[in-house]
Amino acid sequence: MKIAVCVSHVPDTAAKINIGSDGISIDPSGVTYVVNPYDEFAIEEALKSKEKFGGETVAISLGGDANKETLRKALAMGIDNAVLLKDSGYRDSLSVSKALAEEIKAQGAELVFFGKQSVDFDNSVVGQLTAELLGYNCISVAVSFVLDGNKIICEREIEGGKEVVETNLPAVITAQKGLNEPRYASLKGIMAAKKKEIIEKIPAAATNYVEVLTMKKPASKQAGKIIGTDASAVPELIRLLREEAKVI
Amino acid sequence: MANKILVFIEQRNGLIKKPSFEAAKVAADLAVKLSVTAEAVTVGNEIEGLEKVGSYGVTKVTHFKNSDLTNYSPSAYAELITKFVNENGFDILFFGTTSMGKDLAPRVSAKLDTGLAIDCIALNTNSSDIIATRPIFAGKALVDVKITSPKKVFALRPNVFNPGVPSDAKADLTVVNVDTPNLNVRVTEIKRAEGKLDVAEADIIVSGGRGMKGPEHFHLVEELSQVLGAATGASRAVVDAGWRPHGEQVGQTGKTVSPTLYVALGISGAIQHLAGMRSSKYIVAVNKDKDAPIFQIADYGIVGDLFEVAPAMIEEIKKIKS
Ligand SMILES: Cc1cc2nc3c(=O)[nH]c(=O)nc-3n(C[C@H](O)[C@H](O)[C@H](O)COP(=O)(O)OP(=O)(O)OC[C@H]3O[C@@H](n4cnc5c(N)ncnc54)[C@H](O)[C@@H]3O)c2cc1C
Repeated sequence: MKIAVCVSHVPDTAAKINIGSDGISIDPSGVTYVVNPYDEFAIEEALKSKEKFGGETVAISLGGDANKETLRKALAMGIDNAVLLKDSGYRDSLSVSKALAEEIKAQGAELVFFGKQSVDFDNSVVGQLTAELLGYNCISVAVSFVLDGNKIICEREIEGGKEVVETNLPAVITAQKGLNEPRYASLKGIMAAKKKEIIEKIPAAATNYVEVLTMKKPASKQAGKIIGTDASAVPELIRLLREEAKVI
Repeated sequence: MANKILVFIEQRNGLIKKPSFEAAKVAADLAVKLSVTAEAVTVGNEIEGLEKVGSYGVTKVTHFKNSDLTNYSPSAYAELITKFVNENGFDILFFGTTSMGKDLAPRVSAKLDTGLAIDCIALNTNSSDIIATRPIFAGKALVDVKITSPKKVFALRPNVFNPGVPSDAKADLTVVNVDTPNLNVRVTEIKRAEGKLDVAEADIIVSGGRGMKGPEHFHLVEELSQVLGAATGASRAVVDAGWRPHGEQVGQTGKTVSPTLYVALGISGAIQHLAGMRSSKYIVAVNKDKDAPIFQIADYGIVGDLFEVAPAMIEEIKKIKS
């Protein structure tokens, strides 16, 4: 079976985000980029699936040359092949999905993993969009994954619990924390990944339906009042919550 | 511009979820502004009080009904809604950014080939466009976006849009029985975390961090939650330590919340934690380190030992509630 995993290259979650001079994108200076944290669960699940069912794994990333770093990480963890869909311009989620769907089709992958959300634009929709474009079944926010023959059973996280979801291949699964424990790349894996070729392709031009008009920092919250230094401040705190904030 | 607005009403267990009322109100208000109509659509089996969406200004609700649709089925829900949109010429769709909305809205959007703005925290209209504001980088920045496709899909962040005071109006209900829903992807079972309020749905949240010193002290967080009618949350440090389940984690790699009141006990306020809760209306922090970053965004702080302060808070609230 051919298994694909789509990965994105994003600012580290600890990064300070500043707005670029164009006013519609971030200023990348001083920002370190990493594999999107949720994509590590997706990579791990792709590797586990290959170990169980055999086949071949491919990591696909859309973006500029910098994304190769994330693809190398996937290779170092054990993914067989890597494809960079080279386009560093702006794309909305659907436009990203269209490019990914084309490549997944070209690869003939029947089982596809995504992270449940990219921690840059936080859209949490690319997996579902891509599945629809491919006509594949899709389970999002999976915290467990079982494949038996053609049948897939996942648990997905919802408010106050989990849903057990059933479907069949071909399918897209988006990974949530809890799905697995991503492995560390071995030294051997890292060395081997350095030598592997990353295949570069140019995707079809973007057709964006979502235009970014402005990007801005949120109004910073004023630091509030320190009411006291021990339990004696509690009655005043509760009074403020009742009378000033009116929240209890 | 547009001529018809549709809002998706989410039900679980036959009960309408609150974010749907918020979305209904936004849809109805927009309809008034644009001098168009707003309708609602829902999918499920038995659903209680559907006419109630009328009290938020939506005049008509269509219910696609089948006993196999009690639980969510992404394939069936997406197909039914898409068909309904195409047959009736809706151009603007609203969802709530709930776990169902986040799953469903993109499917519908892909089928309709539209732009999608998810997790919107504000909507503004000018003469020709609807401008949606949404947080990115877990709230470290905001973007204003405009959807340029003829049809547009918006999902609204829960607990941000005020549904206002409901009127007595009732919506006209049309029930459409569905013969053979597409159950290619279907929920077969729901496992509820017993009796627990989820942080993503709570109006008040009390969260504990590493300052709680161990899982055995979380009864303080739970008791304070209980007297406040709040959900219990946690920082990643305590989830990673195995003290609390991941479902409680607030932050960039946990849940993004915007409750009316957020109480942080023994949480330092790392950037990834703040990212998930900074949009709370009121924030209370209890931390013994006066330089803890959480105090920079807290409305009210006590610089002190939570093992003294939290029990006193529980007592004081019990007193006023009795
Ligand atoms: C990729 C990535 C993603 C992340 N995602 C998240 C996320 O989603 N959510 C999240 O929360 N974190 C996240 N983090 C982790 C984050 O960086 C912090 O490590 C974490 O939030 C710290 O948790 P804490 O505040 O409980 O612990 P600490 O930072 O250790 O803070 C404990 C606090 O308790 C106080 N304290 C101790 N004893 C007492 C006492 N007796 N009384 C009062 N106060 C006391 C201390 O002064 C201290 O401020 C992420 C990190 C990374 C790298």
